[in-house]
This record gives sequence, C-alpha cells and structure tokens, in this order.
Amino acid sequence: MEMDDKTYKKYAEKRAKKSNLAADCAKAFFVGGLICCIGQAAGDIYKALGIGEENVKALIPVTLVFIAALLTGLNVFDNIAKFAGAGTLVPITGFANAVVSPALDTKAEGFILGVGAKIFTIAGPVILYGTLASVIYGVVYYIAGRIF
Amino acid sequence: MDKVMEYIWAFAVGGALCVIAQILIDKTKLTPARILVLYVVAGVALTGVGLYGKLVDFAGAGATVPLTGFGYSLANGVKKAIGERGLIGALTGGLTATSAGIAAAICFGWLVAVCFKGKPKG
Amino acid sequence: MQKGIIRLNNPPSIAATGNIVGKKEHEGPLGKYFDGFDETDTFGMPTWEQSESEMQRLALNRALDSGGYKIHDIDAIFAGDLINQCTSSGYGLANFDAPFFGLYGACSTIAEGLMLASMTVSSGLLNRAAAVTSSHNCSAERQFRYPLEYGGQRPPTAQWTATGSAAFIIEGHNKPPYISEVLPGRVTDKGINDANNMGAAMAPAAVDTLKRYFDESGKSPDEFSAIFTGDLGWEGSGILVDFLRAEGIDIARVHRDCGLLLYDRIGQDVHAGGSGCGCSATVLSAYIMKKLADLELTDILFVATGALMSPASLQQGLTIPGVAHLVRITMSGSTEAKNG
Repeated sequence: MEMDDKTYKKYAEKRAKKSNLAADCAKAFFVGGLICCIGQAAGDIYKALGIGEENVKALIPVTLVFIAALLTGLNVFDNIAKFAGAGTLVPITGFANAVVSPALDTKAEGFILGVGAKIFTIAGPVILYGTLASVIYGVVYYIAGRIF
Repeated sequence: MDKVMEYIWAFAVGGALCVIAQILIDKTKLTPARILVLYVVAGVALTGVGLYGKLVDFAGAGATVPLTGFGYSLANGVKKAIGERGLIGALTGGLTATSAGIAAAICFGWLVAVCFKGKPKG
Repeated sequence: MQKGIIRLNNPPSIAATGNIVGKKEHEGPLGKYFDGFDETDTFGMPTWEQSESEMQRLALNRALDSGGYKIHDIDAIFAGDLINQCTSSGYGLANFDAPFFGLYGACSTIAEGLMLASMTVSSGLLNRAAAVTSSHNCSAERQFRYPLEYGGQRPPTAQWTATGSAAFIIEGHNKPPYISEVLPGRVTDKGINDANNMGAAMAPAAVDTLKRYFDESGKSPDEFSAIFTGDLGWEGSGILVDFLRAEGIDIARVHRDCGLLLYDRIGQDVHAGGSGCGCSATVLSAYIMKKLADLELTDILFVATGALMSPASLQQGLTIPGVAHLVRITMSGSTEAKNG
C-alpha cells in the first residue's frame, strides 16, 4: 500500500461515517435539560416539606444518584444513555452510572477485589482531579486573602 | 422570579451544558471520562473566578446538577471551610461539601451490585 | 520472502463443523443457518467468561457429533479467543482429551486455526485436527471497553463483538469442501490508534494479503465465487475495495464481509458491523459452509482479519497492528490448486 501512515490516518478519518451532530445535540439538550428540571422539582418538593436549605442542597444530588443507580441496576440506564449521550453523562446521573456500573460488573471477581477495587475505575479521575483542583483553588484563595 | 421561568432556565442551561459535551464527544476523540474530568475542573475554575456562582443563582439545578456543579460545590466548600478554619479548609472543604453525592453513589453502587445482575446490551 | 501462498498437497477436507450463537446473532439475517443459540447469552453459566468457554465446548461437541467423531479421533485442537491468556479456549476445551494449541490472532483466529490444522493434516503430521474459536459480546465489552451497564454512545465506526463460537474438523483429502491453499498474513500497522475504527486498522492487512495472493497466483478476483473478509465492517470493507482497485484488483463484485453479513447493520444498531473471533467463524461454519454444500459457492477465499491490540496498548495510545490470514476453500477435488 503506497500511502504513508499519516496520510492513511487522515484518509480513514475523512471517509469514516460521522455522527449526526444536530440530532445528537438535540437529544442531549432535551434529556439533560429534563434531568436538571427533575433536580429542580426535587428541590422544590423537599423545600415544601420543610427541609432546611443546606439539606435540600445535599438531597438533590442524592435523589438523582439514587434514580440513576436504580436504573443502572434495572439494565435501563445504558439504553437511555445510548439515546441521550451527553444528556445523561454530564448531569450527576452520569457520575452515578460511572460508579454503579463497574461495581455491578465486577461482582464476578468478588466484593473486595472486584466491586471494592474497581468501583472507581471510571469515576475515580473525576474525584481525583475535582478534589485536586479544589485544593489548589483553596490554597490560592487563602494566599490571595492574606495578601490583599 | 417566576416559578415557570426558574424551570425554563434550569432546562435551558442544563441542556446547553450537555450540548457542549455532546459536541466534544462527536467532534473530538475525548472519552467520556476525560470530558467529565474537564467539566469538574472547569466547574472549580469558573467558581474560583466568580462566574459559576452567578450561573447557579440564575439557573438553579440547571447549573448544580451537571458535573460542573460538582466542581462548584467542591470550590464553594473549600472557600467556606477556609473562612471557618483557615488553610486546612483547603483540604477539608471540598469533600465535605460533596460528601452526600459521593457517599450516595458508593452506597447505592454497592447495593445495586448486591441486588442486581448485568444483562447483555440490546 | 521465500514463501507466499502455501499450496497444500492432497487438499485436506473440512469434514465437519458446528456452531452456536447468542440471541442477537440468532435474530440477525443469518439466524436460520446456526446450529443453536441461547436466549439469555449466558449458556447457563454464572459469569460471561464462563459463558464463552461453554460456547466453545458446545460448538466442538456439535462439530464432533455432526461428523460422527469421538474426541479421541482428534489429534490436536487449535483454538483461540479474545479473552486474556485465551482462557475461553483453555477452560472451554479443558475436558476434551486432545492435544491443545492456544492461538491468538484476534478476529483472524479461525483462519489461523484452519491454516495450521490443514497444514499439519496435509503434510501427514496429524490425521485429524480441530480449529475452534469464540467471542462473547459481554466478556469482550468487559475486557476491552466498559462495564455492561455503563451508559455510553458508540461512534458510527465502532464494531459490535459477536457472541458465537464455531468449530471445524479437518481431515485428509476425502470429501469437499477442501482447503487447497493458505496464505499467512503479515502484521501490518498503518498508524490507526482508534479502537472505535478497527475496520480502518485492519483493512491494510487485508489489502496486503489479497494483493500478495493475486500477484503471486496470477488469478483475478472474478475467478472466485466469492471473497469473504472477516470483520472489516462497513469502514474497512470500503477501504479494502478502494485500495485494491487502486492496485488494479477489482473485488467489488465478489466481495462480502462477515461482519456485515451477520447482522442487519442498521436495524440491529451494530454501527459498522460485527467483529470478534466468533463473527467470521460462525458465518463460515453456518452460512458459507451451507452455500458451499449447496454448490451456490464453489471456490472462495476466506480472509479473516484481526486487530492485535490489548487494553494496555490502547490506553498507552499505541497504534493498532492488523493481520489477515487467507484460506482458499474449494468444492472441486481437482489438483488444479496444486499445479496452480
């Protein structure tokens, strides 16, 4: 084959069938927006029940995480995600699915070396880099507060 | 603010944050895990420069539910803890503020692993 | 290179075959050709890895039964799969009392197995040998991609690992179909590192093998009733046809791809088509063997392609090497192949 690697890679990428961006974005927008509204509604319900604001803030993600975990267990989440793409990935539901699905999947390897060790294989980076970024931010914030 | 408008903005802002990620999925080779990392770190950074808080005031769950909101909670928690406890707050604040979501994911994840079984994809 | 095409003396026979597939494959366009399937894809086993092993056991048993053989009639088994250290084959064939060679050729494994079995039989080293391979969508997803319940979207170029296993019994020249020639592939890497476009990664290997075949044999594609590639899918098939045409070899009329035959690509949502060791193996065992028996096909080239990456090599961003092994299967017992 008389084509160098770089040219071939470009050729293969160029001829590759592309995703339908407009349709994918519309689905992501709709499902993502809907999940956020469910979060908003959950917050309003908890407030109406007389729960304090700080606890409502904590209960919204807990509620969505619960729903996503249950749907993952019922083998439904992956089908919704196939349709919604980033619409289920970006909300906290995606984080929940990223924790729950490896836990469920590695049960065969046992509860310590399977579930225990693999539960963060996908979501781990989010916690690592999120925490790291927040600590760096905290140090900068603290120093800035001292100087100014 | 009118209740209906609150929901419309939550829908629009939350949906828009998802659309940005969808464009990254379709147009780049970024894996979902990388996009989530990007979102959390972006959430911390945007909160740090004071922008994300404004979006939260405006869009409510539309800004807190997406993973950038996770970054917002981390950064806000750190800021609050530093105000209360000094520099050590940089270490304690983030995970404290996000502990409910993380602990819920761990516990529900474990419970699902106990109770359910994976099925072949459709 | 000294050796290109290896012409087999007294072309050995594919004496028997057996196969088993999963639910999705059974529901596909070739569904009626398969020997058996399991509605749950578990094959009664508690883990997906064990399910895959069980498929190999079932497929080999079916092949033995259909030819009226007992396991002690088999001098050696050449088997492989996609799972770490070829455990699907090791466990699945553990209870068969026959010498075992473990192979890794990714999705090309069945051609590699057929090639080794037919060469050893043709040379008289063995009287009868088996080639077995399998893949299971769930065990492959777990090892190469994401947990089964992980919610993600696959790009349109991604291929779907088939759930299925097939076994073939090769014995000395006796009845058609015969394996008359084989051409082992060379590892070819043209710099693709996208595991979601394995067709593009493997196509250069198929181009290399087929070009060498036609250059050396002096034949033209139209002399064959069909050229089956294994698992290039939609992307790779297009690349193969275009690149060979640029070399002056037009296979478009006779080319078929097992990854595109196994599923209804759009209706079953398999994106670019099927892949996995079990894909080309079950298509050969069920569909192609039937068409040969009915003489709808009389002389074919079966070119199974494999992408030789691992989860670690993918994570390290390495490019994906491909290999394509060619096996010529004919219905005529003439020695034309020998004199070729």
